[in-house]
Amino acid sequence: MARVLLFGRLRDVAGWRERDLDLSSLFALRDALAAEDAALGEALFAPGVQAAVDKALVRGDASLSAASEVAFLPPMSGG
Amino acid sequence: MVRLQEEPFDAGALLTAFTEGRRETGAVVSFTGYVRAEAGTVETLELDAYPGFTDTAIEAMAQEAQSRFGLQDVLVVHRTGRMGPGEAIVFVAAAAAHRRAAFEAADQLMDYLKSRAPFWKKSHGDGGGRWIEPSAQDYEDAKRWDAPPETTPSESS
Repeated sequence: MARVLLFGRLRDVAGWRERDLDLSSLFALRDALAAEDAALGEALFAPGVQAAVDKALVRGDASLSAASEVAFLPPMSGG
Repeated sequence: MVRLQEEPFDAGALLTAFTEGRRETGAVVSFTGYVRAEAGTVETLELDAYPGFTDTAIEAMAQEAQSRFGLQDVLVVHRTGRMGPGEAIVFVAAAAAHRRAAFEAADQLMDYLKSRAPFWKKSHGDGGGRWIEPSAQDYEDAKRWDAPPETTPSESS
């Protein structure tokens, strides 16, 4: 079970901010979210949206373990 | 030190505590940022942070400023959650032996915080909610610090 966290506008689009999903890679996880919610899928693939696994930004795919925490981060607003 | 908190803070009290017992400090510069009402269009500001990620990123900014300007100490307090116009949202203080380093460090830290800190900001007002991104000016302000300032005068001058 990877824990999935959404931030900023992604939360509003999805209507949730935290969920547990059982998937073994970041891309598979993102595809699964997009398949079940087209609006969220569009938002996740929008320019400037980054992903972090266990609080570190990742580029490209990453494997996930049961204890992984995945965060999808829209463009940051600054403080 | 970097602290994220939902509770309001008293900038005066933070500054008093920060300046206590500094026998080798010649300069403390502090900055307090407030939520603007924007002519009544902003009723509340909502700041979303990622605990363990946002504070780590700000800690890196603080450490960079500390080593770049030779600071003795630095403090960043940032609020998250909902706050209203007139409330303090960010406090930065820099302590150094001399004033220039303290001024510049506080300036750089604020420019970085405003453009690069991992926050997601939403304003709530008349027209509902609106997610905010940094302004072009915010990005330009932050770029000033990316290249070290030219310290050697060119031969022609």
